[in-house]
This record gives sequence, structure tokens and C-alpha cells, in this order.
Amino acid sequence: MMIGTTPLTDLAPLSVMLPVLGAAVTFALVGRARAQVAVTVTALALTLVLNCLLLADVWTSGVAAVEIGGWAAPVGISLVVDRLSALMLVVSSLITLAVLLYASAQGLVNQDQGGPVSIFHPTFLVLVAGVSNAFLAGDLFNLFVGFEILLTSSYVLLTLGGTEQRIRAGITYVVVSVVSSVIFLIAIAMIYAATGTVNMADLAVKLGELPTDVQMVLHTLLLVGFGIKAAVFPLSFWLPDSYPTAPAPVTAVFAGLLTKVGVYAMIRTETLLFPGEHVNDLLMVSAALTMMVGILGALAQTDLKRILSFILVSHIGYMIFGLALATQVGLTATVYYVGHHITVQTALFLVTGLIEQRAGTANIDRLGSLAKVSPVIGILFLLPALNLGGIPPLSGFFGKVGLLRGGVQDGGPLAYTLVGVSVLASLLTLLVLVRAYTRAFWRKVEDVEHPTPQLVAAYERVTARGKRLKPLAMGLVLPTAGLVAMTLAFTVFAGPLYDLADRAATDMLDRSPYISAVLGPEAAERAAVSLRHDPTEVHDARN
Amino acid sequence: MTVDLTLLLVMGVMFACGIYLLLERSLTRILLGIMLVNNAAVVLLFLASGGVGRAPLYEAGTDPREYSDTLPQALILTAIVIGFATTAFLVAMIYRSWQLMRLDDVAADVEDLKVASQSSWDAEDDSVLTEEPSEFMDDAADPNAEYELATASAPRAVDAAARSRPRHGRPVVRSGSSEEGDRP
Repeated sequence: MMIGTTPLTDLAPLSVMLPVLGAAVTFALVGRARAQVAVTVTALALTLVLNCLLLADVWTSGVAAVEIGGWAAPVGISLVVDRLSALMLVVSSLITLAVLLYASAQGLVNQDQGGPVSIFHPTFLVLVAGVSNAFLAGDLFNLFVGFEILLTSSYVLLTLGGTEQRIRAGITYVVVSVVSSVIFLIAIAMIYAATGTVNMADLAVKLGELPTDVQMVLHTLLLVGFGIKAAVFPLSFWLPDSYPTAPAPVTAVFAGLLTKVGVYAMIRTETLLFPGEHVNDLLMVSAALTMMVGILGALAQTDLKRILSFILVSHIGYMIFGLALATQVGLTATVYYVGHHITVQTALFLVTGLIEQRAGTANIDRLGSLAKVSPVIGILFLLPALNLGGIPPLSGFFGKVGLLRGGVQDGGPLAYTLVGVSVLASLLTLLVLVRAYTRAFWRKVEDVEHPTPQLVAAYERVTARGKRLKPLAMGLVLPTAGLVAMTLAFTVFAGPLYDLADRAATDMLDRSPYISAVLGPEAAERAAVSLRHDPTEVHDARN
Repeated sequence: MTVDLTLLLVMGVMFACGIYLLLERSLTRILLGIMLVNNAAVVLLFLASGGVGRAPLYEAGTDPREYSDTLPQALILTAIVIGFATTAFLVAMIYRSWQLMRLDDVAADVEDLKVASQSSWDAEDDSVLTEEPSEFMDDAADPNAEYELATASAPRAVDAAARSRPRHGRPVVRSGSSEEGDRP
């Protein structure tokens, strides 16, 4: 698509700029809640439209690179839009918009709780800008900056209000994130020392020409840094401790998006920077452990937010599984699964927020009769819950079948073990969620040991003749319902989306579309040559 | 390319001390550790630029290799700014923690402790029940009457009774226990 003489993809920097501009305006509007909401929604809606246009553009054309500042690629900073990043951008702007609408409605509903709502909107927009920047970065240092932008705003969002519990959780989160960032920075410094560039396309060419042992060190450093952010076992310990204490909409966007940015960075590392099978076995083992440890943790929890956080960790394992296979089928499934999982996980956290609104707690031991009190919440919870468990007509099933097919196609003993583990983990996911559902929704409130007074009052109002319960605020229900509808859309449009994921996987495995979009076809050829040869030989020849 | 050995050693010592401090439980020490590690990474970035050269202002006739590499310096500036911001945020958070809890240590996760200390016994799921010979029994003949009456009002009250009651006939473990019975 062209606008005048410039291609549409030249507008890609706007998907970082628009939220930043919105943040600046909302800062000026501190204290005027409605004006802030209006500006934020406008900024996010424009970003969404732009990202949809970008996706439509690269859907057919493939990869496009933008040189910001006009300097040519290895010297200047480049932003790259390809099918994977465009898909991530669209999904992330959809869910951030929904979460923002929900959060604004919650702010207006719970006005009595006060809190520094005035800084919520600017910080949220900066977070969105950071996420967009990380998805678009064609430069390792720019990726680092994107990560830092989103992490710094996530520190603020996580400790919003500065209560005792949030400060405690926040300290763990901040320290762990800073350590992962330092590891990433060390990796960048060492990569620069070894190759003299930080441009990812240029690195794709030059890293392959390094000796294998040097490659291994750089590769491992990057993977550890990203692994902490993506919460891959054994680097996932921080997540269930820190996420659940934040306000429901904040947890929703963290759980949905932030870990997936880490997964995205791992996908880029494995496909663009270090293709080949050096660490695939290691990734498979940690994928299996992530799945099992996460879901066994979820079994022991009673708080819905903590259950969902553990399930989140467990399902990161599925994405790593597809990535570790490093085949067309595996990568396709991973791309599809990432999109599906962002939506479902966010939807479930928002529904948990609804439960908290209605019953005053998300602790399963203190919930009961919710199906009677609020059948709407029941439906909104059950659909994404079944989806996450992988029940057939829903999108989780397609993603998992893709991964299983990839595993069976690979045929190795490790891959078969992973097939078994992932089936077991998805059954356990179903068990955990269905058990939570039956307890919170079907168990009679009289059977609950210490039901919350709010729940008892609501139940009595519902059962008493002639009285009606005050319905939930539409501003909270509609965004949640929108997200649940989006999870269903992943089912309805599974065909075209799977096709897109398939093409994205082809591009990633081929690497040449990406490299030639940034550096031109000669560089792509050089990268292909360095991949075919034994790296040690190439290095010796160069000396 | 030449590398300054002093800087290299300084960097190593900074990393070592920083990591040692990071592993402490006191928040102030963790903060100092983070600052050290962060700055050590900055020194590493600086070392990555290779030897020291002339200021990178264009002068005709100079060999390009004589200039110093500017890119790492730009990266260092960015890294310092980011490090400064996160350190400031951490200081504020540690102060807040001191204000609220009079605590300079990393606190244990309360929810974790709660989950770890919970009993794996659940009255509804794990009670050992005796098989009832008939659907139509009055309370006097029903071996599970005690359980059924108790769970209706307070499920936990039945725990002790259910465990101590002599078992008649074949015990029937209620569904759901297989997944939950072995919880730590």
C-alpha cells in the first residue's frame, strides 16, 4: 500500500510515537479523569488502526524496514515490520485498548478508593509504547531500550498506590527485572565486541561467522536474559510472587503481554540471530519442566489470580516447545499460540477482576453460588477457561494440535516426551480451571466456610423475592466480553490466522526476506553461505 | 585492538562485588549490588569499543582507524540514564518499605507460606465414606449421617470425626481425591 510516493510501512514509527504523545498529553491533564480517558482511548484506537493497516500491508508483501533518521541500515537504527511483529502489534493494541477501557471504568466505579489514578493513564501509554518498540526493533540495543521502557512503566503500574503488599511484591519484581536487563546489556556489549554491530540483520550475517564457542556464550547470555523476562523454568520463580498483587487490569495486561515480549525476543534470537540446533535439546527440557512445574504449582493454589499466574508460567512452556522444534510446523504453531494465549490470559484476568468486583475476593475457598449471583460472569469465565484447557472447537485446541503435530513429525525421544508432557499439562490445566469453576460458581454459598459479606449480601438479594441485584457496570462487562469474543474470533478465523503464522514461520526459517529488507540481497546471500559452512572454517579462512 | 588491563580488572572486581551484594537479603545491599553490576556492564560496553583514539571529528587525511569508536559511547549514555532511573525508583521503593514495614529485608511471600502450610486434607474431597447399602435410610441407620449433616453447615467440622470413626465395610474415597490427596 502506498500513500503518495511513500510506502505505508514508513508510518511504523508512529505506533511508538502515538502512545508517547498520548502520554505527554495525559500528563498535562492530571486531575481530569474523563479528559485523560478520552485522550488515552483516542491514542490507543489510532495505534490500533495503524497496526491493522501495517498487518494488512505485510500480510501479502512480507517484510518492510524503516530507517529512522535516514541513515542507512548497519549504521542507523532500523525498525522492521514483518508478519510476526505486525501480528503481535495488532493483538497487543487490541488487548491494551480493552484493558484500558476496563481500567477506566473501574477507576470511575471505585472512585472512593482514590489512589493515584492520575498517573495510571500516562504510565499505561508509555508501557504500550515500550511494547510496540520492542516488537518493531530491528536493532538489539533498540530492543533493550524497548524492554526498559516497558519495564520501567511496569514497575510503576505494579506498585500503584504503594501499599505494603505491592511494595513487597514490587521489590522482587524490580530486582529480578533489573538483573535480567543487566544480563541483556552484558550480552549486547559482548556481541558488539565480537562483531562490531548491534543491527539484528547485520548480526544475522556476522554472528554465523564467529567460532562456535564464542557463539555459544553470546547465545546463552541472550537466552538467559530473555528467559527471565519470558518466565521460562528455572527462571520463572519471580512471576507468581509479583503479578497477583497488582490491580486486576494491570495484572491482565502484564500476564497477557509482558511475558510474550520475552517469548518474542527468544523467537528472534533462535530464528534470526542463532539459527541451527545448538540449544534445542536444552530448550525442550526446560519447556517440559516449565509446563509441569507451572501447572503443579497451580494445583496447590486457592487464589484465582495466583492460579492463573501459575498457569501462565505453564503455558509459556508450550511456546518454548514449538520454538525448540525449530521446524515449519512447530514455529507456525508457536506464532499462533502466542496470539491465542495473549488474548485468553488477559480475558481470564479481567473476568477475575469482575469476580472481585462482585464478591470482594478472588479466593476460591471463600466463593460460592456465583452462577446464581451472576450468570454473566459464569459464561465469561467458562469460555476462556475451556479454551485455555484446549477443548476442541476453541483456538487453544488448534494451537496445541499444531504443536503435537510438530513434535510427532520431529520424532525424537525428547520430542515424544514433550508431546506426552504437553497433553498432560493441558489436562491438568483443565482440571485446575474446572475445579475452580465448580467451587466458585456451583458450590452453594451455605457450604462455604467464610464467605465474604459482600457475596452473602449479593446472594441474599438474588434469592429474595421481588428484589434485584444492582447489575455490574457495563464499562467493566463490555471490554471483558469483547476480549472473550476475540478469543472466539481466534477460532472462527483460525484458517487465515494459521496461514499468516505459516508464512511468518517460512520467513523466519528462511531469514533472507528479513536480512534483504534491511541490508539488501547481498547480505542475505552472505548469511546463507555462513550458515551452510562450518563456522570454525570460515573464521580460520578469514584470518 | 588493545584493551586496558586496569579497566578490565576493575570491571571484574565490580561484577564480583556486585553479584555478592545482590545475593544478600538486606535491600540496601541489594541496591548497592545493582548499582555496581550496572556500572560494571557500562565499563564492559566501554571496553567493547576497543582502544582509545582521537575525538571523532572529521579531519581530512586522518586514518579512520585512529578515531575512537563512538557507538558504544552512545550506548553507554543510554545505559547510564536507564540505570539511574531504575536506581532512583528502587531507592524510593526501599524507603517506602521502611516507612510501611520498618523492614530493610526482602520479605517472605505471605501467600506462599499460606499455601505451603495448608493441610492436604479437604473434608469434601477426602473424607473416607462408607458405602451405603440403600438409598432409603433414616439417619440412625446411615453410616455417613454425621458427615452429611456436618458438611451442610460447616464442612471442616467433620474432619476429626471422619478420621477417627471406625470403618465399616469397604471405604469409598470420594471422587477428586486422587488429584488432591497427595498435595504437599
